[in-house]
Amino acid sequence: MSVGRDAPLAVLTSRVRIEEKRIFDALERRNIPYCHLDERDLSMALADEPVPWAALINRCMSNTRSPYVARLFEARGVMVCNSSQVIATCGDKLLTSLALVQAGLPTPRTAVALTPEAALEALDRFGYPAVLKPVSGSWGRLLAKVNDRDAAEAVLEHKQVLGSPMHSVIYMQEYIDKPGRDLRTIVLGKRVLCAMYRHAEHWITNTARGATTTACEITDELAELSLRVAHAVGGGALAIDFLERADGTLLVNEVNHTMEFHGMMAATKVDVADALVQYVLEVAEL
Amino acid sequence: MSNCPECDAQVSITADARVGEIVTCPDCQTELEILGLDPAELALAPEVDEDWGE
Ligand SMILES: [Zn+2]
Repeated sequence: MSVGRDAPLAVLTSRVRIEEKRIFDALERRNIPYCHLDERDLSMALADEPVPWAALINRCMSNTRSPYVARLFEARGVMVCNSSQVIATCGDKLLTSLALVQAGLPTPRTAVALTPEAALEALDRFGYPAVLKPVSGSWGRLLAKVNDRDAAEAVLEHKQVLGSPMHSVIYMQEYIDKPGRDLRTIVLGKRVLCAMYRHAEHWITNTARGATTTACEITDELAELSLRVAHAVGGGALAIDFLERADGTLLVNEVNHTMEFHGMMAATKVDVADALVQYVLEVAEL
Repeated sequence: MSNCPECDAQVSITADARVGEIVTCPDCQTELEILGLDPAELALAPEVDEDWGE
């Protein structure tokens, strides 16, 4: 029942994946009129032309375009999930880390350098193995685990040759020797909706990279920690990834602002799409 | 049913398919985007951009 452009609720997509299909399903089950916007067709005047929507579920997959989408709609008075402020923080690993550290939340030890020489010096202090990440990467792209100085030198040289200015901000983290899994929670506003483990032989446990998933109990500790993380980055609809130290201590690894949740729905049987729709309707007072 | 624009194989489209959805050709594994349902119409899916992802 995707009715015209004038429905109060819009859903903007890059691709219609399982997540987006489930969101449309949820809206239709709830009899909510909505407008499906394809980002390839989008254009918006900055003023003058009226905008018919009150709320936007932003499912733009591009980390470059998504913050602009949010800013454009917000400027026209549309409530966007997630807000441009949350996207700005969560879309940048350094800004995320700063928000977490400032809130006193547990994260892997992290350092940043602006030249390969300074990075190597930091890594000497840090110890190996370590992980190098692009500050704005996604789907685990260009993550490098470096086991020693030789490997670090090679990776840093590659980063320089790749030449993108973003690669000149070198983000380094201690390597967490996790027990073959990481943990993800989904937070919607003040509610921790569900949690799962992702298991993988490879050190990058990413569902897009073939990790398998199982449900996980939401302990009081996990719930409290998740809500503090969400608050630190500005709230909203978030998927929070945790690593575990060998002693069981949880460390916040990543906060995702345009979450993929088909693995979570399969593992936990929780209808994440429906809960997301309900959350947006509540916040937007639709 | 519609044909893969890359290899011409028959690609079946499920009843709950949606416009904009991505399907994979069973023969050549190319990612295809459903452009229309009635009649079914397929095109090569847009490339995954370097900055896409969660
Ligand atoms: Zn084909």
